Formats: sequence, structure tokens, C-alpha cells
Amino acid sequence: MSTTPAAAQFKKEATTLSKDLRHRAFIRGSLRKYEVARDSKKVRFQSWQQARNAASEIKWQAINHLDTHLAEFAKNLEARGAKVHWASNAEQAREIILGIVRDKKAHSIVKSKVMTGEEIHLNDALEKAGFDVVESDLGEYICQLRHEAPYHFVFPAMHLTRGEISDLFSKELGTAPTDSPEELTMIARRVLRDKYVHADIGISGANFAIAETGMISITENEGNARLTCALPKTHITLMGIEKVLPKLADLALFLPMLGTAGAGQLMTGYNTMYGGPKQPGEADGPEEFHVVLLDNKRTTLLASAEQRDALQCIRCGACLNVCPIYRNIGGHTYGTTYQGPIGSVITPHLRGLQEWKHLAFCSSLCGACTQACPVKIDLHHHLLQTRRDAIAQKPVWWETLAFKGLAILFNHAWMFSLGMKLGRIGQVFHPLIKNTPLDPAIAWTRSRELPKVAPETFREWWNNRK
Amino acid sequence: MNERENILGRIREALSVPAQKPGGHDKASGESSATNGEHPVSDWLPFVGESFEERAELFRKNSQELTTDFRLVETVAELNAQLSGIAKTEGWKRVATHAGELTDGACAALGLPVLQTDGGYDVNALEQCDAGISACDALVAQTGGVLITSRSAGGRALSVLPPHHVVLARHEQLVPDLTAAFALLKAKYASGYPSLISFITGPSRTGDIERILVLGAHGPKKLTVLCV
Repeated sequence: MSTTPAAAQFKKEATTLSKDLRHRAFIRGSLRKYEVARDSKKVRFQSWQQARNAASEIKWQAINHLDTHLAEFAKNLEARGAKVHWASNAEQAREIILGIVRDKKAHSIVKSKVMTGEEIHLNDALEKAGFDVVESDLGEYICQLRHEAPYHFVFPAMHLTRGEISDLFSKELGTAPTDSPEELTMIARRVLRDKYVHADIGISGANFAIAETGMISITENEGNARLTCALPKTHITLMGIEKVLPKLADLALFLPMLGTAGAGQLMTGYNTMYGGPKQPGEADGPEEFHVVLLDNKRTTLLASAEQRDALQCIRCGACLNVCPIYRNIGGHTYGTTYQGPIGSVITPHLRGLQEWKHLAFCSSLCGACTQACPVKIDLHHHLLQTRRDAIAQKPVWWETLAFKGLAILFNHAWMFSLGMKLGRIGQVFHPLIKNTPLDPAIAWTRSRELPKVAPETFREWWNNRK
Repeated sequence: MNERENILGRIREALSVPAQKPGGHDKASGESSATNGEHPVSDWLPFVGESFEERAELFRKNSQELTTDFRLVETVAELNAQLSGIAKTEGWKRVATHAGELTDGACAALGLPVLQTDGGYDVNALEQCDAGISACDALVAQTGGVLITSRSAGGRALSVLPPHHVVLARHEQLVPDLTAAFALLKAKYASGYPSLISFITGPSRTGDIERILVLGAHGPKKLTVLCV
């Protein structure tokens, strides 16, 4: 396979991390806690499978009528005094948000978790323009202090131990070292409280958008999004266009499914719907509410006859949590905004098939992701389709040649049995060159044993059987 | 300039391609049930009892798991006494609330300085309060959650900024499940929804450090529900 810079980086990091047994054990331990919690909630459903079917059906209908729902959502939201902006790509979205921030003469900005913000590199853009931006989700805040991307799009700092976080806080905030997760959380609470109270602008994402009523819905545990959307005078929401659901009551299904699949909670701590800025007669809330709708190649994925359902994703992260690849190579290795199986499916559509096809090849196709998905996206089948599409678009000459050779070999019985005999002889001498540059099978034998050729082939056994 | 038309145009063009419905490879969930707008969601989500007692018991069980302090009392006087008891134990010096049938009486009985959020307030003053005392729209038995809106609970910040959120509810506000909660919202706010609707399920929490649960990440460290 031809190697792109993204693929080379991926291979390098995956090789390093999959050998790091401490890292693997730490991630496995964390995800085990998730699995136990998730299963204890799933069994409370009278029918988790029926709920999955319904969730998949509603999302499928929603994205297949996306134009109608989006127009309705925008119309209803504007009727409530919000301003809706449309961005075809990352650059437009950044310009829209920078425009609002400049217009408000903002000094400080507080953000709750926005994965689309990571997608368009919003923090970089705001910081370069001279604005003070702080992440308020604890995991995101930790990642921001470390100047690194989230390790997992639901659990951003799950790769760090309390010791590493304590060291980080000591270095960046000057606090005393501690090994108590509670004390570490309280440090962040103290620092960020001040930010909420003084920020001019709050930026959030959205988990769902409701066409019927013109609302966005945010799911969170910490209350940081609640504060981000309550105290600053201006609230900006950045969201992908695929988030729309037709009806408010659809959330009766999606909120518990997102909580259960995402973090093993029947309901996440705060599930909040925001419909517009402060309305007449209300005590508080922002004076302005801006919603930025981002395409950024989502329409390319929508046009895919086979993989359109990937837009049903509710970003619960369940597929990452069960993925044997994710568990062994870790989140940063992907080099993408969205990691794990869903990231491997959508990134080639969003950022280029040839550059990101290696993600599709890095899968055991075990199907754990497909089974875990609460909206039934055919994840591992999409990885297989992506492999096919990538090779069809840009065949690898030596693979084509090798398969042509194999076809000839398999079509001629004498060649096949000669091959078997030569293999048996070759095997005797293989140890002499094993793991040297002369070894034709080095890519395999570097970390694995070659299967032994049987002393007698089936055909020989058949012929000699009496 | 007109990105709206560009995006909607691209969506329409993309949707002109017929696409393959998902789930064809996952037989575990069985055949997709025919759904045309009406979803009997309550049949699949966690079971909720029929009587008030069963539902109150479920709410209590869920509350316990979430570390919500849930107390069901007989009279308004008892509710006020419970609140005063908490205020004394925790040594509250100042509370925030909003005008309401239950909140007015309960906060007057505390004999503490009270910040009313109704007509606007100073954020720093609210931040200094020891507790936020609010009414609600409903209690949801299925999840152990409290449903509030910016209209029913004194705005957006009262229920998240102070370190202790106390919800005062009437027992007829206990609804069985999320479906009933959304139906209630639809009926109650037919003339226009408030700008914020929130399902609060337990106190503020995080698992961001080693997936270990810590209460009081950014919002309240404690959530108390007093139901009369």
C-alpha cells in the first residue's frame, strides 16, 4: 500500500503504543468500568434491541429528510430570536464565529465541549486572533492545558493518571500535588468558576437539534454547559447539520440511549434544551443566541449510497469503548477529530479517501462496534467497503500482479501441487533467512510465526488412503 | 453569501441518490419494527409502576443511586421544617430562590437573607449563596430526574450556580416516564416554550479523572428533592 504522511504517522504511533503494556492495561481498566455500568443500565430497558431499532429508524428518516428538517429548525429558532448561520466549510465557520466575537468586543470566552470546534480548529483561530479561550469540561480543560487533542471524543482525558493530572495542575496552576481525583476536580472547579462569571461569550456544541420546536439539546454531567449557556451575554452553538431530530418527544428515546451507550448512565446528569436567547419575562440568559450550522463535507457522506447511515451517529463513543484496536493503539494514534470505528468510517469521507484509507485497514472486522451502536450503523461493513473503494480508485500495482499470479497458480493443478512441494522444502531453509532482509515474509515473521506446512497434503492423503 | 441555499442544495442533490438502510448486517436486534411517527417508547424503556407508591419508590431508588437526597413529606409545614433543618445542619447564611407557591413560604420560614432571581440579579451575589431553592415542572420516576424550565425554576443559573440545589415539588408532579414529561411540557407550554428546559438527574458529576466518580464538578455538589 502506498503510504501517506497520515498513514506513516499512524503506523509509527500504533507500533509504539501497542507495545506499551502499562498504557494498554490502564485503558482496559477504565473501559471495563464503563462496560459494567453500561450493562447494568441496559438490562433495565424492557427491550434494548427494540429501542435500538426505533432509534435507528428515527435517525434514518431524519437524515433522509434533512433538507426539510433543517429548514424547519432554522425557521423556528429564528422565530424565537436566535440567529442561524450556515457554514459550508471550516473556514467559513471560523470566520462567522470570529465575526461575532469581534463584533461583541469580547475579552474572554468560555467553551463547553464542542467536537465540531476540534474539527474546525476553533481554539487556534480564536487564540491567534487574540482572544482568551478556556475549555470548561474537566477533560477538555486538562487537554487544553497539555496542548493536546482529546484522546476520546466522550472521555477526553481518559489516558491520564491522577498523578499526571496533579503534576500538570502543579506546573500550570501552581497547586499542591494530590492523588485525590476529588481534590483535582475541585481545583478545576475553583479556577473555572471565575471564568464563567466573567466571560463575555459562551460557546457550546449540540447533541441534538429539534426541528419541531427550534431547540438544541446538550447532554452533559458536570453542569459546565449549563453555566456556559447561562451567564455570558452571548451564546454561540456550533453544530453539524446532521444533528436534527423531527420532534421534541423523540428525546424521550434518545436521551436515555445516549446516556446508557455513552457512559453507562440511564440519564446523563444534565440534558438541557435551549430554544433561543433569554425570552421576555425570564430572569437571566444570554441576550443573543447564534447557531452555526456546519456542513464540512457531511453532504459528501450523505451522498454515499452505502454509507449514508454513518450520519446517524449520535457520538456516544460506544464503538470506541468496545473496539480492540482502539484499546490497543489509543485515541491519539488515529490523528483524527473522531477516533475509533466511527472515526475510521467517516474520516475518509470528510478528509479524503486516499489519505485516510489506512484507518479502514486497521480493523479486525470483529463487529463489536456494529453490535454496540445504539443507532445500528453498519460500522465494520463500512470499513470493508472503504477498503474496496480505496483499492478500486487507486490499485496497488504489485498487489494486482500478485493476485494475477495466484489466479494462474490456483487454476493449474500441477502448479499448485508443485507449489506445495516447494513450500515444504522452502520451509526447511526458512530459519536461515528468517527476520533478515532476505526473508520474503518478513512483514509477517517479524511478530508472528509462519504456519507449518503439513508433511502430507490433503490430495496426497486422499490418493494414498487405502 | 447564500450558504443556506448552497447547503440545502447539496443536501437535496445527495438525497436524490437512493441509499441502503442500515441494520441489514446486525440480526441481533431482529426485524426493525414498522414505525410511522408513533413510537411506543415507554414499552421499551425501563419499566415504571402503575400506582403513585410504586413510582415514588422507583424515584427513591433512582435518587439513592444518584446520591440525590429525596424526602417525601405529608404537609407543607413539614416540608418547611425539613428545609430549615438542612439549612441549620449545613450552616447556610444566604439562599437564592424565585417567587412560587412552595418557595415563598419555605424561604420565609428560613429566616435568612434571600436573593430573588425573578427580575434579574447580580451574578456574584448568586455565586455567594449557599443554596438555590427552586420549584420544578415534574419529577420523573423512570430516571430519578427533575424537570425544570427557565420559567418554573427562577431562570437558568439558580439551579446550577449555588453549591446545593433544593427542589420543592408537589406529589402530583411525579410523572411516570420521559414520554409523560414531554407530553406535560407540550400541554403546559402550548403558547410558547421557555428558553431553557432541563432534565436534572442527580448532582453535578464527572468521571474525567480515571473514570472515578466525583460529585460537584461545576454545578451543585448536592441535590435535594423535597416532595409534599
